[in-house]
Amino acid sequence: MTIDTSIVEEGQELDKPSQAPMTGVIAAARGPRRGKPRKFLFLRNSKAVAGMVILGFFLLIAIIGPWIAPYDPSARSDDILQPPSWEHWFGTTHLGQDVFSQILVGTRGVIVVGFVAGILATAIGVIVGVTAGYVGGLGDETLSVLANVFLVIPQLPLIIIIAGQLPTVGGVTVAVVIAITGWAWGARVLRAQTLSLRRRDFVEAARANGERTWRIITAEILPNLTAIIASGFVGTVAFAVLSLITLSFIGIGNTGEWNWGTVLYQAQSQLALQRGAWWWFVPAGLCIALLGMSLTLINFGIDEFVNPRLRSTGLNAKSLRKRGIRPRIGFTPVVREAEETRA
Amino acid sequence: MTIASPIGHPQRLAPASDPVLEIKNLSVDYGYDDDPVHVLRQVSLTLGRGEVLGLAGESGCGKSTLAYAATRLLPPPGLITGGEVLFTDRSGVKTDLLRLNDTQLRASRWQDMAIVFQGAMNSLNPVYRIGRQIADGIRAHEPKTSQKEALERAAELLDLVGIAPDRLRSYPHELSGGMRQRVMIAMALALDPQVLIMDEPTTALDVVMQRQIVEQIAELRDRLGFSVIFITHDVSLLIEIADRIAIMYAGEIVEDAAALDVYNKPRHPYSSALLHSFPPLRGPRRELIGIPGSPPDLSRLGAGCPFADRCAFAFDACSKVNPELVFPNVPGDDPRRSVACLRHDPAAVRAVGEEPMPVPAELSLT
Repeated sequence: MTIDTSIVEEGQELDKPSQAPMTGVIAAARGPRRGKPRKFLFLRNSKAVAGMVILGFFLLIAIIGPWIAPYDPSARSDDILQPPSWEHWFGTTHLGQDVFSQILVGTRGVIVVGFVAGILATAIGVIVGVTAGYVGGLGDETLSVLANVFLVIPQLPLIIIIAGQLPTVGGVTVAVVIAITGWAWGARVLRAQTLSLRRRDFVEAARANGERTWRIITAEILPNLTAIIASGFVGTVAFAVLSLITLSFIGIGNTGEWNWGTVLYQAQSQLALQRGAWWWFVPAGLCIALLGMSLTLINFGIDEFVNPRLRSTGLNAKSLRKRGIRPRIGFTPVVREAEETRA
Repeated sequence: MTIASPIGHPQRLAPASDPVLEIKNLSVDYGYDDDPVHVLRQVSLTLGRGEVLGLAGESGCGKSTLAYAATRLLPPPGLITGGEVLFTDRSGVKTDLLRLNDTQLRASRWQDMAIVFQGAMNSLNPVYRIGRQIADGIRAHEPKTSQKEALERAAELLDLVGIAPDRLRSYPHELSGGMRQRVMIAMALALDPQVLIMDEPTTALDVVMQRQIVEQIAELRDRLGFSVIFITHDVSLLIEIADRIAIMYAGEIVEDAAALDVYNKPRHPYSSALLHSFPPLRGPRRELIGIPGSPPDLSRLGAGCPFADRCAFAFDACSKVNPELVFPNVPGDDPRRSVACLRHDPAAVRAVGEEPMPVPAELSLT
């Protein structure tokens, strides 16, 4: 899971009143300026766009993969262990199965498990983490102990044991098991950040306003946690995808259900590497790497976008490089661009 | 009503005889996109050696931005787009702070120019004793100093600001707000800087403590001879402490004059309005007027004077030209003061083909 801790620090940075000139200038300047559409700002970040495009591609494959697959992924044929050709784009296996079709059909399982596990784990993490951070006291202690227990449990062995005990192991079962074992990390981070947010003046002010606890949590605290929640979600999806592939690779779960891990499992068990059948494992490996990269890029994009202070930097990274500006705290960049008309 | 003759009108005031800090045409933008907000537009300001210069103005007028830009401490997305900040050290060598590299700038900080931030409670690290924090500052710049010597220096510094030296071993939470603010001042003085920038150092303190701090600063200034840039909203406080006051409005300096001159005979309508926003302690009772409206949105400033909309003395030319700092159009004024108002600048009014208006009585008191 890749959660950038600098978000947390940056959050605290914002908290300090007037260390830096938090003048009204900024506030005054951010009125509705001109008619420019400001809705799809997130998509102006090149990292986020690249990530979204790759992820969108895989989502599309996940939906239409089984329909566009040229062959039945399990159907055997006489073309045994053929290298890539026009009939079999990614070659064939030792049973004459089409690897391209296996990858196409297997995408759905990977994406479904990744997102189901990501959503579930993030939901549990947010509920436990924010509650623990906000209520404090005994509730905090209990929930923290729970999270700590789940943190020290070695995840993969636990998944293997649970998956081994279940009578039927479908994709969703694996997703639930991954979510149950993978939420604790996000909960820890969210609890820490909530603890810091809870004491800030704007939350105290909301409390003094007579706002209800529920509203304080959802309207005051949660928006400040967006970056952490979003990057936690993306990280959990990546973790879930890798876990599923690992499980399938070592042969746990339903091997009749295709996903990239099952492709790798068969390639491994049939000694694809030793037989020089690179087309058997390289496509699945590349897909895993690409999916992981797209999730990481989205993570960066979220980080730069959700934090209003980093937003201007992230959105204009290219022009900043061109102008030779390196935004840093403590050393304001100097460019000589303003015209000097006064004596 | 005094109608001064428009001839014989020096355009620029004579520079201070011994400047320690000269800010020339400093421009600052906020925002890295193609539509940044021009927060400071060619601001020039000179700080004389040993002088206390007050910066006043409403919130959002760029006072703090000016101070932080001059020290290059503006956080992203602040960007300095032009100008010079010339610092003159004791031997008379001038350096442009905007051209220093990181190492030089880091070495110059605190040594040449020190800053006292607004919230003393946030400037001190709660987990270290204050003695160690002062010593850290000293040793960061003078690595050869031993910890013992640095702590001795810290004790002297605390003594200087009126805190018993045995407080060195206190944690920040064990001190009152005023004491913490004084610790910050002591820390700022640790390396004997020539310029001290104080960003609203007394805002969070009660009036008694404000008075003590201000007196302390004045006394230390007399003893150690540093210069001070004092940023505050509190004009009455400034009149007490400052030698000279610069009034800022919408990212520009609109009036720059000796403190008592600003108080007794303001030349800019904004300075006059600011002074009429708080009651005088002595003299006849007068009605408090305040200033209608609020400062303009800096992202959409027009061509004219930014204050024109709120100004009681605005006339046609005010929407056409943005006035520059000139010598006030009042005979007998201190030649070192300047004001940016078209009422005082008939030449600029004629340049756009308008008829100049006389300086109103309120702005030409003698």
